[in-house]
Amino acid sequence: MSLDLATSRDLLRALLPELVLTLVGMALLLVIAWRHRTAADLRVAGWVTLAGLAAAGAAAWWLWWHTAHALGAPAMIAVDDFRFVADGLLLGTAGLTVLVSFDYLERERLLAPEYYALLLFATLGMMLMVGGEDLMVVFLGLELMSVAVYALAGINRHSAAAAEAALKYFLLGAFASAFLLYGIALVYGATATTNLSLIGVQIRTLGLDNSPMLLIGLGLLLVGFGFKVAAVPFHMWAPDVYDGSPTPVTGYMATAVKAAAFAALLRVLGEAFGGVPAWHHIVWWLAVATMVVGNLVALAQRTLKRMLAYSSIAHAGYLLVAVAAGTSAGSAAFVFYLVAYTLTTLAAFALLAAKGRDGERDVLIDDLAGLASGRPWLAFALAICMLSLLGFPGTAGFIGKWYILVAATGARQLPLAAILVLTSVISAGYYLSVIMAMYMQPEPFERAHTAMRIGRLGGAVVAVSVAGVLFLGIRPNRLLDLAKTSGDGLRAGPAVTTPAPPSPPSVGR
Amino acid sequence: MYRQWVLTALLAWPLGAALVVMLAPPRWAKHIALATSLVEFAISVPLWWTFAPADGMQCILDVPWIPSWGIRYTVGVDGISLFMVLLTTFLVPLSVLGSYAYITTRERGFYALLLVLTTGMIGVFVALDLFLFYVMWEVMLIPMYFIIGVWGGERRIYAAIKFFLYTFFGSLLMLVAILALVYLVGQRTGVYSFAYAHLTAHIGGLGSVAFGLFGAFFLAFAIKVPMFPFHTWLPDAHVEAPTAGSVLLAGVLLKMGTYGFLRFALPLFPAVAVHPAVQRVIVALSLIGILYGGLVAMVQPDFKKLIAYSSVAHLGFVMLGIWALTLQSVQGALLVMINHGISTGGLFFLAGMLYERRHSRLIEAFGGIAKTVPMLAAVLTIVSLSSIGLPATNGFVGEFLVLLGTFRTYPLPATIATAGVVVAAMYLLPALQRVIFNPLDKSVNEKLADLSLREIAVLVPLLACIVWIGVYPKPILQRMEPSARQLVQSVRANAASFTAVR
Repeated sequence: MSLDLATSRDLLRALLPELVLTLVGMALLLVIAWRHRTAADLRVAGWVTLAGLAAAGAAAWWLWWHTAHALGAPAMIAVDDFRFVADGLLLGTAGLTVLVSFDYLERERLLAPEYYALLLFATLGMMLMVGGEDLMVVFLGLELMSVAVYALAGINRHSAAAAEAALKYFLLGAFASAFLLYGIALVYGATATTNLSLIGVQIRTLGLDNSPMLLIGLGLLLVGFGFKVAAVPFHMWAPDVYDGSPTPVTGYMATAVKAAAFAALLRVLGEAFGGVPAWHHIVWWLAVATMVVGNLVALAQRTLKRMLAYSSIAHAGYLLVAVAAGTSAGSAAFVFYLVAYTLTTLAAFALLAAKGRDGERDVLIDDLAGLASGRPWLAFALAICMLSLLGFPGTAGFIGKWYILVAATGARQLPLAAILVLTSVISAGYYLSVIMAMYMQPEPFERAHTAMRIGRLGGAVVAVSVAGVLFLGIRPNRLLDLAKTSGDGLRAGPAVTTPAPPSPPSVGR
Repeated sequence: MYRQWVLTALLAWPLGAALVVMLAPPRWAKHIALATSLVEFAISVPLWWTFAPADGMQCILDVPWIPSWGIRYTVGVDGISLFMVLLTTFLVPLSVLGSYAYITTRERGFYALLLVLTTGMIGVFVALDLFLFYVMWEVMLIPMYFIIGVWGGERRIYAAIKFFLYTFFGSLLMLVAILALVYLVGQRTGVYSFAYAHLTAHIGGLGSVAFGLFGAFFLAFAIKVPMFPFHTWLPDAHVEAPTAGSVLLAGVLLKMGTYGFLRFALPLFPAVAVHPAVQRVIVALSLIGILYGGLVAMVQPDFKKLIAYSSVAHLGFVMLGIWALTLQSVQGALLVMINHGISTGGLFFLAGMLYERRHSRLIEAFGGIAKTVPMLAAVLTIVSLSSIGLPATNGFVGEFLVLLGTFRTYPLPATIATAGVVVAAMYLLPALQRVIFNPLDKSVNEKLADLSLREIAVLVPLLACIVWIGVYPKPILQRMEPSARQLVQSVRANAASFTAVR
């Protein structure tokens, strides 16, 4: 199905998933204006949200199924596989977060149905970000997402830590947005356009790859995105914010927010700045710093939530390796890794949410001691998550890491690949200590873990995620193909011919 | 039919059995594990007869796994891996039987992990695709990590994490080397494939990169062997592991390192392997391992630690034999690998049986027990003698062949290594004397029970193998000869041709 985005009919079709989500969001706001007092109201809001996410997912799937693509002049929104795959990932993440939240919100007495509305609008913002073919659309999406997530971080008004998290996130996020916007302004100054593919064309035809204004703009863009994906040295906000937010929100931030920012970054770098070699070096150093610092600091953490926060920083580093590879294999590896990482991290945070009380800030890794004898299935699920995060064969995390290594070696980035595996060895130190506590230490006292409640929906989320992680670890073929086509689509660019990427490193027989 | 599916059956059966063990009632776990591991052994035994030595790689099954990356599920055996597979299937039922009294908590988990470990171990030996090999290499890490960490001794957590980190560190570098190798070969041939046959056929012209790649493989395998100075994880892991863990660790897991050298490091990087500097370093490290392992074993108060250091010495012989690269020395190295699995496995079983009686691993806790437990003492003597390498036991044949073969390429190192045989007598015989002879001066030792029927059932197969290989090793040597010869010739020929090209 080819869409001519100059006509409003085709533009509306191309925007169908976003429109569906907007309508459901509006409807949800209307519903909760009347019904926002009891736990039953909260559940209604939750199911409406789920229905909305499913509908938007169906719309995205419909477009993908008909291999929608854009015709004519470059427009504001991209219509390619990368966008649809990313949409699917974001909607799925949001759906799983909603399922985990049902029990959590009631348990923590957070009877605020606005929670779900905020989640919907944050997801909408993300979808605009990953679909934006224009820096302004990307920026609008980013702001829509950020504002909603600031509020989500502080949704628990009785918690000082949550208030601190929200304020910190808001202040630093505002800074980051300012950087981003200033970067956009400078890029516009240099190229006279904000459209991604036109920027690429301008850079090539005008030979702008050494223009100071463009490079400063690019640097500021990277700073802004670096904040959002929590890359070292722009990660300072992340541990405190992750720590203070309600656990399902933390899981959402560590997965969806990061995924959206990364996807937008990949698109901007690939389509607009493919002809500027400078960013490779910057991203190279960002990746190294993020992997090293994230893993080393995670090693020193004693509470589970903070450990997972730093681990998510480390994983941002691995994803940056895929970005730094700068090939279509890198983009494909990026998509696959994101799916694997999202599934694993969501399950881990869902399990953490089941373990604790009052935001789970004080759950030490040692508090899991003896979990395997008390609650064998939960321990098993968490152990699988840890192994997948570690990148152990048999799990999706391994295939993801393998793919990133393939991309890195294919792009002749052997040092980067070596640093990746060496920092992975470091990460064994903290992931294994979770397994060690669960399996190799005795319960501190009788029935230490009977209070752990995961709920039916949360349990289903964990079961589905863990099953997915194991399945993708053994049979990743379909997702690999999907990742490959979406990565290729991103590289080719919609209406503009870009120079052919270096030959893919791993062509099958 | 049998030949095509046997290896896959050997891989799949223990996994299914592990699932059954997990679901069965706890008190049945060990019986199910024993029965299934015996079936596993029964599946593997016909390989001995159907194996055709002259055919090279056989029993191959080759199906696509992840086609877009050129990854296939390819398994097969030749004269090198056949005996490793048989050794594994032989030792696993004995380990299960030997754990009956030792493991009293969380039995289901223990036996299930043991079975999963079996899949991993066999997988390493039969994999003919580097991706599959890597996966199996890592997969067997987790069960062993749990076996040490959950059912081990007092310092088990330290030992488990040390074991895990050492191996993980080495293998991840190997992963990068595998990827780089596939990429480099793919660039020149246009086919990106992890298949062993494809890679070994196109290794020419790697140039100096080969040294770096070999280094990564070397590190992974040397840690596993373990070669001096990468051996420090071994004593900790052996001492803390439960009996079955120690037996499989010594009997099979260490052989993965030497097997890796034979199967991958040598054929993939022949030019590096025969490079004089590389050879000198590795031969020197092997000699240090032989002498240092023996000398350190001499002063160990802990019986299990003594056996652990003796493993370092034995594996030094294997490395020496591999690197001498003559037919005799490689055959000898293979035989030492088998013998070490049987003899050291037997010693660890006996140490475990002593521990179950006295709850001590210290040599000085015993003394004069030949009077109270004559059968155990007799078996311990025979197994110790075979470990020393007394003629008419299996230990002699292997070490003799290694020394004989090595003498042709490296006369001086072979002479020094001969001293290692003497050292072996110097640490094991005094220990033997202090454990079972000497005066019976501790009253607790007067009431020890002798071997039970179950324990006899564990030890008799090992004794039978000790005598059989010691007296009539010909059927084994016959089966491994063509593969060993082919390996030696192709490495030497390839190395010569690559050097000539350069």
